[in-house]
Amino acid sequence: MHPFTYTRVDDVEAASAAVTTDAVSRAVQGPDDTVFIAGGTTQLDLMRDGVWSPGTLVDVSRLPLADVELDEDTLVVGAAVTMADLARHEAVADLDVLRDSLLLAASPQLRSMATVGGNVLQRTRCRYFRDPEVTQCNKRRPGSGCAAIEGTARTHAVLGVDAGCIAVHASDLAVALVTLDARVRLHGPDGGRTIPVADLHVRADVDPARDNVLAAGELVTHLEIPVPDARTGYLKVRDRASYEFALTSAAVVARVEDGILAHVAVGLGGVGSVPWRATRAEEVLRGQRASLALFEQAAAAELADAFTVPGTDFKPELARRTLVRQLRDVTEVTA
Amino acid sequence: MSRHSLHVTVNGEAHAVEVDTRRSLLDLLREDLALTGTQKGCDQGACGACTVHVDGRRVLSCLTLAAQAEGREVTTVEGIGTADELHPVQQAFLDCDAFQCGACTAGQVMSAVALLEEDDWSTRDDVRELMSGNLCRCGAYPRIVDAVLSVRATQEA
Repeated sequence: MHPFTYTRVDDVEAASAAVTTDAVSRAVQGPDDTVFIAGGTTQLDLMRDGVWSPGTLVDVSRLPLADVELDEDTLVVGAAVTMADLARHEAVADLDVLRDSLLLAASPQLRSMATVGGNVLQRTRCRYFRDPEVTQCNKRRPGSGCAAIEGTARTHAVLGVDAGCIAVHASDLAVALVTLDARVRLHGPDGGRTIPVADLHVRADVDPARDNVLAAGELVTHLEIPVPDARTGYLKVRDRASYEFALTSAAVVARVEDGILAHVAVGLGGVGSVPWRATRAEEVLRGQRASLALFEQAAAAELADAFTVPGTDFKPELARRTLVRQLRDVTEVTA
Repeated sequence: MSRHSLHVTVNGEAHAVEVDTRRSLLDLLREDLALTGTQKGCDQGACGACTVHVDGRRVLSCLTLAAQAEGREVTTVEGIGTADELHPVQQAFLDCDAFQCGACTAGQVMSAVALLEEDDWSTRDDVRELMSGNLCRCGAYPRIVDAVLSVRATQEA
């Protein structure tokens, strides 16, 4: 691991002032970069592997951002709240899609370390990104190519990708958040702004070297999560029963009135270079009479343009089935 | 090389140490404080052998910077029982034959102790899920679950 300086800050202003490069938005950081650290569960691993080598770490884990509040119909969650604490909070007891996206992720130990702010900013698990001896990686070395295309790609993405990079965004929580129309509050040197979680990440087919749109010094301070008047659910399909990333997952928010899908929002995990909001599927579903045939039509529309390589050719079908099953389970429509 | 001074309480004893900023909490415990009960398995957050409690929560000491433990109360396997007076979870692991080689056991025990403080579970499947962050290459899982359930049964009796 490269040497680095460690400092801890006690207020948000000091945190923003400490970071003067746009390091956070890039997939990798170097000795000239200062970055935030909170739970550290992704960062320490990447630093030990030699993928990340920031010169300075600014510890934001003790900022006063650890509260969960219900403001009318919106949950306001401090970025330093751990996954475990949010999952256990009474405010999410009936918000299945959010709670299950947390409880089906990682392990109990990791959930009691990792913060929700860090979770949405986590780096890809692509094994070629995480191995600095691999020379081809457009995330680490723009223009060098993508080793995953002809490599072991079972866990890689098929949406929002092209031959330049097929890295998946592995967060379950972020999939639930984009489906719930959640927003992130950011604090930067020039003040604050609030943007949809759906606008936070950068697709690999747009720029693999840039993971998000954060500007220099911008810190995620809160998540704003609207609580929908609808049934919700999160289904995760993976290679082992627990403590594993998604091969595919589906987040569904739906309200059926007289057989009609009066409200519907859909997200997919394990398949996108960003937390994937399935807008094409929603267009097929919205305002229509709920049926299995409709669900299948919607799922097919979402995956129609999937980009696959030999390692991921099973994924569009698995994603379609995952989505149909979760639409069926949340709406309780069985025919 | 960047150094960092910190204060940390381990098993009730206050320590003031200066470490390389790269020091993990795991290496602080094992190398600087000679508390070698906590094991280094994968050193990348996958196996759970390094599980300790920080302010009562089970965490992976390999993925925690020592510097981030400033002011915290850390509990390791050395802090929960003694050879003469084992923690009930340690006794249950013996009684249930819940280990073979023992490499994962300190982490399993610390994870189980924390789990038994939580109240949002009840079934055998819950224990399997909530102990999933601790791998056992000998495959003692069924007996580890037995051990956890036996302690819970005693707590409830």
